Amino acid sequence: MNKLCNRDELTALRHACAGALQLETKRILVCAGTGCVSSGSMKIFERLKTLLEGKNIPVSVELVHEPHGESVGLKECGCHGFCEMGPLVRIEPQGWLYTKTRLEDCEEIVERTILGGERIERLMFQKDGAVYPKQDEIPFYQKQTRVVLEHCGQIDATSIREYLGFGGYSAFETALFDRTPDDIIDEITKSNLRGRGGGGFPAGRKWAQVRRQTEPVKYVVCNGDEGDPGAFMDRSVMEGDPHRMLEGMMIAGLACGAAEGYIYVRAEYPLAVKRLRRAIAQAEELGLLGEHILGTDFNFMLHIARGAGAFVCGEGSALTASIEGKRGMPRVKPPRTVEHGLFDKPTVLNNVETFANVPLIINRGADWYRSIGPENSPGTKAFALTGNIVNTGLIEVPMGTTLREVIFDIGGGVRDGKAFKAVQIGGPSGGCLTSEDLDLPLDFDSLKKAGAMIGSGGLVVMDEDTCMVEVARFFMHFTQNESCGKCVPCREGTKRMLAILERIVEGKGEEGDIELLLELADTITATALCGLGKSAASPVVSTIRSFRDEYEAHIREKRCPAGSCQKLKRIWIDPALCKGCSKCAKSCPVNAISGQIKQPFSIDLSKCIRCESCISTCAFHAIREG
Amino acid sequence: MQPTFDYSAVDDILSLYGKKESNIIAILQDVQERYHYLPREVFPYLSGALGVSEARLYSVATFYENFSLEAKGRFVIRVCDGTACHVRKSIPILERLRKELGLSEANKTTADRGFTVETVSCLGACGLAPVITVNDQVYPAMTPDKASELITALRAQLAAESEGASA
Repeated sequence: MNKLCNRDELTALRHACAGALQLETKRILVCAGTGCVSSGSMKIFERLKTLLEGKNIPVSVELVHEPHGESVGLKECGCHGFCEMGPLVRIEPQGWLYTKTRLEDCEEIVERTILGGERIERLMFQKDGAVYPKQDEIPFYQKQTRVVLEHCGQIDATSIREYLGFGGYSAFETALFDRTPDDIIDEITKSNLRGRGGGGFPAGRKWAQVRRQTEPVKYVVCNGDEGDPGAFMDRSVMEGDPHRMLEGMMIAGLACGAAEGYIYVRAEYPLAVKRLRRAIAQAEELGLLGEHILGTDFNFMLHIARGAGAFVCGEGSALTASIEGKRGMPRVKPPRTVEHGLFDKPTVLNNVETFANVPLIINRGADWYRSIGPENSPGTKAFALTGNIVNTGLIEVPMGTTLREVIFDIGGGVRDGKAFKAVQIGGPSGGCLTSEDLDLPLDFDSLKKAGAMIGSGGLVVMDEDTCMVEVARFFMHFTQNESCGKCVPCREGTKRMLAILERIVEGKGEEGDIELLLELADTITATALCGLGKSAASPVVSTIRSFRDEYEAHIREKRCPAGSCQKLKRIWIDPALCKGCSKCAKSCPVNAISGQIKQPFSIDLSKCIRCESCISTCAFHAIREG
Repeated sequence: MQPTFDYSAVDDILSLYGKKESNIIAILQDVQERYHYLPREVFPYLSGALGVSEARLYSVATFYENFSLEAKGRFVIRVCDGTACHVRKSIPILERLRKELGLSEANKTTADRGFTVETVSCLGACGLAPVITVNDQVYPAMTPDKASELITALRAQLAAESEGASA
């Protein structure tokens, strides 16, 4: 494809692509996000292609804008979000969503749906006897407002032409030709877009600070190092709508006077790296990236830097150090990244979702943006809903939506009919919220007040069987493992806290441990060098605040109220069921079981190592744990 | 005697990225992709080519979780222990895999270099929790029993491969 030399050529190509989309009168969108791919969606894609071609139905797997007749579009699209029900296949123009599709269903989809125009109810989402043919009508989607994720699941994630056909790069076009850099920054400032990576710092202010720097070389960096366990919003944007993020970065480059940008992607996201590489190559081919873009003086190049497995690299100064090929260790601030960032130059560093919001704001205006969500945290937020919840997946809701709506209306409540206990928000830096907080609106300021943080948007739901002390230990283990070791409070302090928590879950907790944990937490929070350390203690502090009784039960009674801590498990023989056969005693590796034949046996808990090997040997199900 | 190390693959990688210090991570990543670990022979060679100290290279190689200075197995099994997988019981899966293969937290690779078992903090496939990956292929909704079945299948594949190699 030839390079686009001016605005008219871009507009013409966009029209041609939109026209070509009209010719795809029927479309099958197969989810090609990491979730559905691992459930076999690409095999479904190939089978559908073979079947359609075998029936001589014109099928287009890539949008071509040269004159051609009508065809069935068969596309690999980004994550639809409803990962629980994957592999997902969307049928257009009807807007039907087929869930849990299997290879065996492909023939029927082609025969009945594509050729016959009929719906296959068996594949549609069903709940309480009702069938939900349309994607938008499914309760999971109904309460969502998908604007940043509007393309995810709706367009081909691998095609720049399809992105153009849906109006792509029009925000960049407007910014390049109709706005000055100051106009762009004003619009972003007015929209009050706040950093989606967790901090909530106003993006407009950050951009203005970078623009003000006199240093001629500046950088735009996108933080795609989504390291919070249980979060995959950014992954879905990078995989499902990579061009939107690129467009956001290009606008940032234009506004701040940067000619080069880096996207830092974590190594655990190979598919995102692949899609981004492809997207950059396509944009370069069209001349949307490179020198003299669309005949103007604006030059912009984008590079991908792959992470190598270090959570701390989500921190700004560690991330830039990592791009420079160094150990990803944070440095003392100030100077801030906006003054001395990547290669010591002024740097705009925003996360994936923040950049993905930018084209929307330029296209629809700051006023529109501010009409969504509360005044201090406008816009939407994507959340990854995971853990013990019915509908796991990726969602997008207006800021200010309550936890109750998210967990019960969209998420469908807790799995297996269990009771809701807590939700961890903000990953290892965040806190646990309990049923008392369910009516809390999800926005930056309300969560901060409640002692949690919105973080990048991971919501991990926990049911009644989850031990909160163990959860705190889990997060502390994570943070301790990821501590870079540069500053003492974090390196040594997290180690001490972890040691205490490990003792408690093993039943060796002592009186005074809770106070010691809180004191350590205070010190680390006050003195650690970077955000990782400063927030390392949050899960411990918030679980102590809400579940102090669980800590006390572990310490004083050596009991785990949730019955999940292995070392505190008690294995006992029910004398009413035991026939005294001695089989269990023979299987015990530490001779902890004794008794007289034909009399109930018993377990010596001081010897028992809780290996549970006796449980499976008992023919009478007399051995229990709890 | 050790056979001499063939540096041609390293040269290819160096010419792809250019001999720039800022590309150390990318270069090490590609070396690891090629050899499945970072052979010690590579360090003095890269040090000369990039004009940086070996210590500088080791500082990066030991900082990041993904780099390994030890050879890994034919099948690298990574058990996700991110929050979502953890609350959906990923640890029993890890324990079963270690038990099946006779491995532990300290000893991650089998003596025959067939399998490596490690944990990863999150693969971002939380919707399918608990997940494991085998050489980057994702296996969703795992259970300890499914893990045992998988090991049996992989063992058979390993046996078939070595038979194929010796035939």
